[in-house]
Amino acid sequence: MTVVDGALASGPPRRVWRNRLFQGAMLLCMLVAFGTLAVLLVDTLVTGWPALSSQLLTGLPSTLPEEAGARPAILATLYLGALVLLFSVPIGVLTAVYLEEYANRERWWNRAIEVNIQNLAAVPAIVYGILGLAFIVRGIGVGRVVLAGGLILTLVVLPTVVVSSREAIRAVPDSIRQGAFALGATKWQVVWRQVLPAAIPGIATGSILALSRAVGETAPLIMVGAITYVAFNPTLFGAYTALPVQIYNWTRQPDVDFQTLAAAGAIVLLVIVLTMNAVAIFLRNRYRKQW
Amino acid sequence: MSSRALAVVLVAAAALAGCGGGDSSSGGAISADGSSTVGPFTTRTAEDFRAQGGVDVTVGISGTGGGFERFCADETDISNASRAIKDEEAAICADKGVEYVELQVATDALTNVVNSANDWVKCLTVDQLNAIWKPGSTVSNWSQVDPSYPDVELKLYGAGTDSGTFDYFTDAINGEEGASRTDFSATEDDNVTVQGVSGDRGALGYFGFSYYEENQDKLKALEIDDGGGCVAPNVETAQDGSYTPLSRPLFMYVKLSSLETTDGLADFVRFTLENAAAIAKEAQFVPLNQEQVDAELQKLEDATA
Amino acid sequence: MSADVTVARPAVVALPRKRIRWGEQFVHLILFIAAAISVLTTVGIVLSLLLPALEFFREVSPLDFFTGTTWAPLFLDAQFGVLPLVVGTLMISFWSALVAFPLGLGVAIYLSEYAAPRATAFLKPILEILAAIPTVVLGYFALTFVTPFLRDQVGVQVEIFNALSASLVLGIMLIPTIATLSEDAMAAVPRDLRDGGYALGADKLQVSTRIVVPAAISGIIAAFVLGFSRAVGETMIVLIAAGQLAQITFDPRETVETITAFIGATGNGDVPTGSIEYKTIFAVGLTLFVMTLVMNLISIRLVRKYREVYE
Repeated sequence: MTVVDGALASGPPRRVWRNRLFQGAMLLCMLVAFGTLAVLLVDTLVTGWPALSSQLLTGLPSTLPEEAGARPAILATLYLGALVLLFSVPIGVLTAVYLEEYANRERWWNRAIEVNIQNLAAVPAIVYGILGLAFIVRGIGVGRVVLAGGLILTLVVLPTVVVSSREAIRAVPDSIRQGAFALGATKWQVVWRQVLPAAIPGIATGSILALSRAVGETAPLIMVGAITYVAFNPTLFGAYTALPVQIYNWTRQPDVDFQTLAAAGAIVLLVIVLTMNAVAIFLRNRYRKQW
Repeated sequence: MSSRALAVVLVAAAALAGCGGGDSSSGGAISADGSSTVGPFTTRTAEDFRAQGGVDVTVGISGTGGGFERFCADETDISNASRAIKDEEAAICADKGVEYVELQVATDALTNVVNSANDWVKCLTVDQLNAIWKPGSTVSNWSQVDPSYPDVELKLYGAGTDSGTFDYFTDAINGEEGASRTDFSATEDDNVTVQGVSGDRGALGYFGFSYYEENQDKLKALEIDDGGGCVAPNVETAQDGSYTPLSRPLFMYVKLSSLETTDGLADFVRFTLENAAAIAKEAQFVPLNQEQVDAELQKLEDATA
Repeated sequence: MSADVTVARPAVVALPRKRIRWGEQFVHLILFIAAAISVLTTVGIVLSLLLPALEFFREVSPLDFFTGTTWAPLFLDAQFGVLPLVVGTLMISFWSALVAFPLGLGVAIYLSEYAAPRATAFLKPILEILAAIPTVVLGYFALTFVTPFLRDQVGVQVEIFNALSASLVLGIMLIPTIATLSEDAMAAVPRDLRDGGYALGADKLQVSTRIVVPAAISGIIAAFVLGFSRAVGETMIVLIAAGQLAQITFDPRETVETITAFIGATGNGDVPTGSIEYKTIFAVGLTLFVMTLVMNLISIRLVRKYREVYE
């Protein structure tokens, strides 16, 4: 690292001990953080293990815990994830391209768009739920259907997709652009054929991370009525309940068997989310380009 | 390109929603919403119905009041209610042209519960309940309820204001629907009350009988003295009417127009009534007796005639 | 960057006028529309909150709303004082900050100053896993593990729904946010400053606490503000574990209700349009939105300030 490694090998004892204590304290912070994570994962796994069965994955919800499953919820979650990808990636990437390649920073409206996206990233998810309730469920009148849930979740993660796509595009060296211009390419050709292909790994990583966040979101979906007993596979314009919402529902049941089910549902959700995260990290490490 | 595709999808969605005419029976399912007391009953019925090859039913639990507002806004086919429809609500339905038939599906004994570690109280009079729950009440300790009770903080859990349970309880105990002190943990979902009371030694809560039945190991039901001695809530006292003033009918309101247009709704409602007693026992409600079932079936026939 | 390339030529030659390429203009338009969607979203949020909130304030005086101490909007004798909700929100955010700030900063210092690069490469993804846990799972953990743990193992008499469990778990959830942002800030501190410190005989404790952290302080504060604002906006953990009793109390062992929990519990998707319940959601939602917006603007200001220092 630097010239001097921190561990003070010699010196007045008080000083050595102070340093060791400090290092210990920092290490303790790490242990608390990661330790809690470990405890959470282990506790969820241990609690939910008995209820983890093919019935959970393929069965329908029920008032009897022995018969309850989460198939509609799991399918709806995957469905919503697909919708989020479908909507947020094109809009997010195009917005990022606009801001990085086309927008004239001198113009006030472009600066406003930038600040606006930063603000949207900080808005609590539940406010998006209110927005969705007012405009998408009631306003357009689509109703409490899968499409509405997908649109709302898209809006929740859109700022994140924009920000990470911008980073990816910014990381592409200018020499690539200049070279293409020098060969007579138009701006769009430069973007479409040089910049975007080079930025795809970064964009993919950012999108998958955003997706994993969307899949775990509960609050906005509660606002648009995803808490219902639904016993059929979800369709685009049908009623639905998503996995996080199903887990939430089960946590409210005092029956201990439902608590076990909730933990099992949490395991399934964690598997989905952590898999997405692992894929994103893999993409990032594997395809990280050294310019 | 993709933004255009998005625009097309949104426009198509709007158009389809437009000709969908509200989101009732979206996806072909029957939609029910309303009381969280009646909800489990309807859910149980829906499961059994589906097992016999019937149509899908979705069941929401936003409270009796919330259910009626959606029902009269033409958004649902069935409204579950743990009290009769109010005049104001009926007027809104009439305004919107929503006609319905009122069917009783079970009876309930509104139960007051305390933590199972509570060993000092067995029976409360209606007056005592009123003193605890009335608007502006400052009773915060069990010793204030009765001097012989120990000095334990009184924690209150109850139904939210959208809940028929709330309306019925306040009407019966405080004399007016909606009249209640406000500093208690209120929720439309009675399961949360179960969790609250079972986790707190000095807690007192109220909800429908089925929620007590399913959690007897964690909770203790109080007997209620309405001037004629202490009466415990159970199937018999609810059916013969001796558990006063807290036994109440549970209703299912069905939209008449949906009976004609929605596939399978009439079958579902008939199925519900024919099996009401059995399902009530399964879901731990107080079942209707045969006379009552026949009367309700007759109402249904008259309405669909 | 984004400008067109202009080729340098001797000044004598006049360049032909640029021919407008309509395809390019069209693309530019499409991209602008995409970017405008985000603006539409903000407009939508503001409209969807503001209009019903204004209707609400026509029925309920803003003074009562912002200074009243009883929150009982749905009862017969309705009271609309939002203070209990605000106090609940701030209290939970405060306690969670008490957990998250020191721990997050400690993790950041460790990763930035102490950990070997290989260890860091291994630890950072694990930190990301902590950040990826869905909040509903965290809420469930708070209710079913932390609350009994506090009661039985630690001996603290907490209510079944209490602010302490929710705050602890919320604090842990915020650690990755605070740690990554603080670590970025510390990484931006040039090595020269550290080396200078070491050259003068300072030990690592002194370099970390007296050189690096002060140099990165505005980025660290920005991280804190952002973390706090996320605590204010968090819904599921408090909804599941903190309860639904709107009361003004500063005792974390008691049940409280936050703004987000109220919205989540009341707005079950079935709230009928036009009812007073519907409108309280918007008034309260607007309050929340303004709170987080202000905090976010503060944090952007701070980030901008620190970015300039070393360039």
